[in-house]
Amino acid sequence: MVGIVIVSHSAKLAEGVVDLARMMAKTAPIAAAGGLEDGSFGTSFEKISNAVDEVYSDDGVLILMDMGSAVMTAEMVMESMEDRKIVLADCPVAEGAVTAAVGSEAGSDLEEILADLEQVGTQKKL
Amino acid sequence: MNTEKLIAVIQKIGTKIEAEKAFLTELDNVIGDGDHGINLARGFGEVEKKLDGLKDKEPGDVLKTVGMTLVSTVGGASGPLYGTGFMKMGAAFKGKADVAVPDFLEGLQVAIEGIMQRGRSTKGEKTMLDAMIPAKEAIEAKWNESQDAKAAFAAGVAAAWEGVEFTKTIAATKGRASYLGERSIGHQDPGATSFTMLLEIVAGEV
Ligand SMILES: Nc1ncnc2c1ncn2[C@@H]1O[C@H](COP(=O)(O)OP(=O)(O)OP(=O)(O)O)[C@@H](O)[C@H]1O
Ligand SMILES: [Mg+2]
Repeated sequence: MVGIVIVSHSAKLAEGVVDLARMMAKTAPIAAAGGLEDGSFGTSFEKISNAVDEVYSDDGVLILMDMGSAVMTAEMVMESMEDRKIVLADCPVAEGAVTAAVGSEAGSDLEEILADLEQVGTQKKL
Repeated sequence: MNTEKLIAVIQKIGTKIEAEKAFLTELDNVIGDGDHGINLARGFGEVEKKLDGLKDKEPGDVLKTVGMTLVSTVGGASGPLYGTGFMKMGAAFKGKADVAVPDFLEGLQVAIEGIMQRGRSTKGEKTMLDAMIPAKEAIEAKWNESQDAKAAFAAGVAAAWEGVEFTKTIAATKGRASYLGERSIGHQDPGATSFTMLLEIVAGEV
């Protein structure tokens, strides 16, 4: 199954998004990397690396992130793991996490999930 | 500048950042999330712990370690950005035991390019680049004209402060302040300010 990592400045937000996604996909490998080691707001290279390790398999890992340093730090983690299949997804984090988790649990591959996530970015709620 | 001198400069930068921590954080409070000084002080605090172990390395490797430490400990955008900058500059110094003004200019150029790539940003977006780019151009111009390192760095610092002033006149289109849009006008960018402080320390040592 494709692994999913949720990166946010807020530990609570990252964990909440993971919980939200698990409601629909109990077995999908999904990990939170929110906030800094001491619990304050920010993005942690180490937390993101550990989360990738936790959910990694040959099927690859998708990283969903909020803004600013979350994007840049996730990108640097990805670059530090050159030999691995890791992709950053450009989509709303909460909706994207649900879509990705459902896809992963259903056995979709990384490319299929990415195609689904493209739609998530364009869908309007109202 | 050799390794011994470089380590002394980085130590001074750490001291400066610690002293300006509250000021930089206050600037970031106004148009950002109020952590720039805290972030950089955390990062350079960790850098300081590593400096003793770097005495036998060449300057480029010292800068690489500084960059990697900033990436892993700063926690905000200035971590991956300054981190990338220091690592790129370090790579540009590879094999050199001593770095001179032309080496520094080349290093600063690749640092700027690295930051632009990492931040998907360019000049005029109210970021550290608005101090870095004019500073690099001014150092280069003065150096080419006079071959006088002190004068060149003094021109660079002056141009960087002008860049900081310029950030007051524009709206942010990158980073946290971009969420404020036009409301960010009138306030100086924290990252442009911290870069200028770093450059001032370097200028004081050439
Ligand atoms: N995309 C970017 N390109 C260049 N510089 C940037 C970019 N984003 C932010 N900066 C610079 O970083 C400074 C802010 O650094 P700080 O350490 O406060 O990070 P932050 O904005 O709080 O990070 P985060 O993305 O985690 O919220 C800004 O003042 C600006 O100079
Ligand atoms: Mg900030």
